[in-house]
Amino acid sequence: MEVRVANVRKEFERFPALHDVSLDIKSGELIALLGPSGSGKTTLLRLIAGLERPTRGRIFFGDEDASQKSIQERNVGFVFQHYALFRHMTVADNIGFGLKVRNGASRPPAAEIRRRASELLDLVQLSGLEKRYPAQLSGGQRQRVALARAMAIEPKVLLLDEPFGALDAQVRRELRRWLREIHDRTGHTTVFVTHDQEEALELADRVVVMSQGRIEQVGTADDIYDTPNSPFVYGFIGESSSLPVKVENGEIWLADRPIGLSAPHAPEGEATLYFRPHDVELLDGCSGCIAGTVAASRRVAGTRRVELEIGGERQRVEIELPVGHPAAQKSRVAFRPGRWKLFPAA
Amino acid sequence: MADPEIKSYEPYHESRSAAVTESRPAQAVLMAIAFVFLGVFLLLPLIIVFHEALAKGVGAYTQALGEPDARSAIHLTLLVAAISVPLNVVFGISAAWAIAKFEFKGKAFLTTLIDLPFSVSPVISGLVYVLLFGAQGLLGEWLKAHGIQILFAVPGIVLATVFVTFPFVARELIPLMQEQGNGDEEAALSLGANGWQTFWYVTLPNVKWGLLYGVLLCNARAMGEFGAVSVVSGHIRGLTNTMPLHVEILYNEYNAVGAFAVASLLAGLALVTLVLKTLLEMRYGAELAATRGH
Repeated sequence: MEVRVANVRKEFERFPALHDVSLDIKSGELIALLGPSGSGKTTLLRLIAGLERPTRGRIFFGDEDASQKSIQERNVGFVFQHYALFRHMTVADNIGFGLKVRNGASRPPAAEIRRRASELLDLVQLSGLEKRYPAQLSGGQRQRVALARAMAIEPKVLLLDEPFGALDAQVRRELRRWLREIHDRTGHTTVFVTHDQEEALELADRVVVMSQGRIEQVGTADDIYDTPNSPFVYGFIGESSSLPVKVENGEIWLADRPIGLSAPHAPEGEATLYFRPHDVELLDGCSGCIAGTVAASRRVAGTRRVELEIGGERQRVEIELPVGHPAAQKSRVAFRPGRWKLFPAA
Repeated sequence: MADPEIKSYEPYHESRSAAVTESRPAQAVLMAIAFVFLGVFLLLPLIIVFHEALAKGVGAYTQALGEPDARSAIHLTLLVAAISVPLNVVFGISAAWAIAKFEFKGKAFLTTLIDLPFSVSPVISGLVYVLLFGAQGLLGEWLKAHGIQILFAVPGIVLATVFVTFPFVARELIPLMQEQGNGDEEAALSLGANGWQTFWYVTLPNVKWGLLYGVLLCNARAMGEFGAVSVVSGHIRGLTNTMPLHVEILYNEYNAVGAFAVASLLAGLALVTLVLKTLLEMRYGAELAATRGH
């Protein structure tokens, strides 16, 4: 089911949580809403679900305007951050709940509900745990039961709020791969909220980066990482370094020296240069480069991260060098960013 | 040689470290205080109640209970409890739901109001109804004109009892519901349940142990209430005397066996309440543990 969010604004007691957000979600897509806390990602998810009503704007499921529909009518599968499993019901009863509360003719007979529950338990690889209570399950198992319960109602859209937030790192990675598999097998249109960029980039077909109630950028993992469209996205996704620079005659200048990068289409004047610390080219001589004195050097896993002081104003930037690279031993290092981007100075 | 030494290092309880375990004499003193206190203040009076009730034999005991005034008092007490407990269950759930699940103006005020019967002397609570419904009271004239008898009759006793016991259920449920939040209800709604189904299948089971506890306390107090009921009842023998009032009358008439026989029923009620609670916990132990552990 396609989902279209059109110019939605949401205020909580006059305080805006979302400003004019629009988003098209394709049928069968796996989408991540990624952002720091307070960015409005969970609010957007709850609006799609119908747990909140938009202050302005509309939400379409397919061609149908769902804005005024209740959560029951929208038929969405929602997986809550802390799972919200019914603690007094067994795993099988939890999964069958959505079918049991249907009325009249659409409610399947009890035996059919039981069969569906076992089938879904197989799908989430928890066969045989029908009779357990939620308190008797591990965090990862509860997560799977919550997903099975949400899928039992054959939802049009599957919505997950921080699905792996409460789990430890090992289980997270495992469940992440597993969720992708489930998605590929069942083909549900799926939206999940996360603050973990690794999770979003690895798992989602497209990532929606949000900040302060606005969508900053929507794109594939490659788009988001390689061509961030704002200083926020550059800073939020992956490692980044930035320097205040000046554009003159299509050349980029750092203080009074050109750094050997040309930006013919950039507007003249003050700007900020962003680049990835690992995406730099080390130079020997320095005619057109960024040069700095080594202020600190740390070993981080497979690389060495070097902090440089640049220019008279002692700007600090970080770059990454291969371990054992001779430059790490020197007191001065010259480099030029490989891939980079200019944003007008704020 | 080595064996006994090794054994002596084994801790008695694995969960408690030696550092926080008191010395044996200290443990003994603490336990002795607890047992002696309970024995003198709880167990001894209970034994005396039954002892006095049966002082002149089982025949006198059953005769005292079979006496028409005693039977009428028992009947009235059961009737009052049967009306006021369900009323307070409804009120308690509604109030707890409102306070725990939504935000509204006057919420703090409502919370304070619920505690009022705990902070007001029961005699005052009874007196309020006298001032309101009595012959010289605010509504007295009107009630008289319409032939409605509230004071010195069953309605007054029920009203006073409801007032005195209404915090019990609400106070048990409010913290429980606040702690549980709205998550489970949202989940039920998202799965297609309507409001009633959500309440019946999700909210109520989540609070059922707290509710049961509140109901037991509420019932015990409803049957045992003396002060407020004493003011509004008028002490008409065989008509408006509840069991506690009847006990007092019999005692004042030096009818020790009769007084203690009726008192033994009230004491028995307390014991039954306790046993019921324990039985339910045993029967639904696994589920109860699951509820608490989650």
